[in-house]
Amino acid sequence: MRTSECDVVVVGVGGQGVILISEIIGRAALKEGLSVRGVETHGMAQRGGSVINHIRVGCRYSAMISPGSADVLLAMEPAEGLRYAHYLSPEGVALVNTTPVLPITVTTGQASYPAVEEILDLLRGIASMVRAIDATGLAARAGSPQATNVVMLGGLARYLPIGGATLLEALTESVPAKFLDINRKAFELGKIEVE
Amino acid sequence: MREYLLGNVAIAKGILEAGAGVVSGYPGTPSSEIVDYLAPLAKERGIHVEWSVNEKVAMEVAIGASWTGARAAVTMKHVGLNVAADPFMTLAYLGAGGGFVACVADDPYCHSSQNEQDSRRYAQFARVPCLDPADPQEARDMTLRAFSLSEEFGVPVMLRPTTRVSHARADVEVGPPEERRDKPGFEKDPARRVALPAHARPLHVELLDKQPGIEAALAKEAWNRAEMRGEVGVIASGISGLYAEEAIAGMEADLSLLRIGTYPLPRKIVGDFLERVDRVLVVEEMDPVVEELVEMVAKERNPDVQILGKRSGHVPAVGELDPLTVINAISEMIDLRQRAAPSLCPEALSILPSRPPALCPGCSHRAAYYAMIKAFGKEAIFPNDIGCYTMGVGMGTVDTCLCMGASITVGAGIRFGGEERPICAVLGDSTFLHAGLTGLLNAAYNGARMTVAILDNSITAMTGHQPHPGSGATAAGDPSPPLSLEEICRSLGAGFVETTDPYDLESTIATFERAKAYPGLSVVVARRPCVISAIRAGVRRPRLAVDVEKCSGCKVCVRFGCPAIEFDGKVARINALCTGCGVCAEICPAGAMEVVR
Ligand code: SF4
Ligand code: SF4
Repeated sequence: MRTSECDVVVVGVGGQGVILISEIIGRAALKEGLSVRGVETHGMAQRGGSVINHIRVGCRYSAMISPGSADVLLAMEPAEGLRYAHYLSPEGVALVNTTPVLPITVTTGQASYPAVEEILDLLRGIASMVRAIDATGLAARAGSPQATNVVMLGGLARYLPIGGATLLEALTESVPAKFLDINRKAFELGKIEVE
Repeated sequence: MREYLLGNVAIAKGILEAGAGVVSGYPGTPSSEIVDYLAPLAKERGIHVEWSVNEKVAMEVAIGASWTGARAAVTMKHVGLNVAADPFMTLAYLGAGGGFVACVADDPYCHSSQNEQDSRRYAQFARVPCLDPADPQEARDMTLRAFSLSEEFGVPVMLRPTTRVSHARADVEVGPPEERRDKPGFEKDPARRVALPAHARPLHVELLDKQPGIEAALAKEAWNRAEMRGEVGVIASGISGLYAEEAIAGMEADLSLLRIGTYPLPRKIVGDFLERVDRVLVVEEMDPVVEELVEMVAKERNPDVQILGKRSGHVPAVGELDPLTVINAISEMIDLRQRAAPSLCPEALSILPSRPPALCPGCSHRAAYYAMIKAFGKEAIFPNDIGCYTMGVGMGTVDTCLCMGASITVGAGIRFGGEERPICAVLGDSTFLHAGLTGLLNAAYNGARMTVAILDNSITAMTGHQPHPGSGATAAGDPSPPLSLEEICRSLGAGFVETTDPYDLESTIATFERAKAYPGLSVVVARRPCVISAIRAGVRRPRLAVDVEKCSGCKVCVRFGCPAIEFDGKVARINALCTGCGVCAEICPAGAMEVVR
């Protein structure tokens, strides 16, 4: 028996705005009367480390998603997408931003960063479907690369049991008014990209 | 009212709903967001909310408030309770006045901690009731109950969320804040407030006498509930109760489940449950607290029941659990095939670069470490401490990290233990004020020949940028009296105290060299605000760029380790993360780093 309607694992690098995604989805779920659970990385890892947030829509249990059971993997960064790919269920879908953020181990020359295509290929072997999205590029087109997370949220919209209009409403309530236009645009661009 | 709330915010709202008058704490992941949320509301609600200097101080402030009749809460992380253990243990004897709640957040798996100690043990040790929430809703509900329980029995109560409760979000039903309760003022009652031996002895008896009543009162709560569905059962506590509930629902298995949410353990409920099963799995994170008690109850109520758990190897003894681990533990008990726990595929593992957390681009700690190594040499000993700066472990300047303030004391011990090489202990400003003062005093008093570097960024950065007495303002935003680390260090007995700006590498190296040469206890205050707080305060510095004509590709800047510096195979490049600290320009031998105007 399924114990959650939709389990999403959101991964990325500390500072990429992963927590905002969880906030918006939670707000939107609440508007639609769905119970929702989330759990996020705070503390040390936020300083440029690898972060993973869990979001469960239509779930009354804990917020923790076990490896092998996520419906969607939303990756703000390709290497982080691969790092947490084992959270996906065999039917799971991966949405991956294709712009790398180089870890300190790479910038200091202790490790190298694989080709993004190589990462996507491995992901294709794990996920039932991989959607590669140039979210950082689309965010720049919307007005700011900072809105990468919102482009990805737009891409996620069709996989959530929540209406797009509700998500947009929750987005409006969650971002500062002066960035609203950029964020709305980013959301739409992400949505169109996946449709 | 239903809101989507972080567990810690749910607790904070519970504190407001309970009409608490005083809330204190010291920042520590995963507990910090409780005071973070309440501090800005303090004035409008007419309550006192403070970031205290350390956990012991925080607890004592809350105790004083409780003895004055106010409802009081204190927050800290698990290891903070080690610091506050002294007042906590004796408070159990002396008892609370107004409701007293110690919110102690545990961190299974050490997400952001130096150990994974189990605070339920402290509650047992002190004979203090403990409420163990499974999710943000329970966290809010238990906060309210903790205050009323504290007043009913005149005892302090521990609320013990874990990381996955404190940092979980859920739709939570909350009520409006209550007015701060009236305080009758401090009532003199030496027999209850003065822990002299003659008073402590009867109070100890009284504390023990309260236990059955507390156990019975808590047993009635819905957080302890049994659902009988057969002779095989699961007993699970706190968040593990939710994992077990989900596992059983998902497996569609006919298993009985007893969820435990309060301590002292409701032995009657446990006994009744044990009488109706012949095999039981005990699921809990960290220590086998419930398991041991279940074994004791079983001796009386059903000696034949088979008890599985940590001792039998069904449940991991360390780290945190998740639903799949619990499914597999249950499967093992009922002889079902276990599910493979997927892990990263080997190909992925072999190509993925690791991504450890790192000091921010432009963080002055990196510059301070660079200068320190230059002055002291790699052979010197660098006892370190708890804070962002511990992330410099890759730079060769972090040789030890034990607990708050231990850099100075361990450093002194290393000297007295016979080490002859230079010693430079490193700690941050917040940590120094928390637990470094006494260590410095001791080092001066006992004649430790060493250097202490205080990396002063004017904030408690790692836990989310909370203010401290050196920041210039209180949690509630009131200006605080000026404080001079230099004067403090001099008056504690340091013979050499100098201040330097780490962004000015040359003079910082020279300062460290002078400190190293000083024949006694020397202190260097390396002062530069945390980049994150500077940026939030609106400070913008022009970025730097590499002049590719001048860059020789020597990689000196790359090895410096600023995340904004990349190497493209031939030359260095500065990416968009640059905050313009300018330190890389000082270390570049070719003078290739230029300010972008
Ligand atoms: S938060 Fe501040 S102190 Fe911590 S690493 Fe970043 S710049 Fe340094
Ligand atoms: S100036 Fe250099 S060291 Fe400072 S943040 Fe920019 S790239 Fe990093």
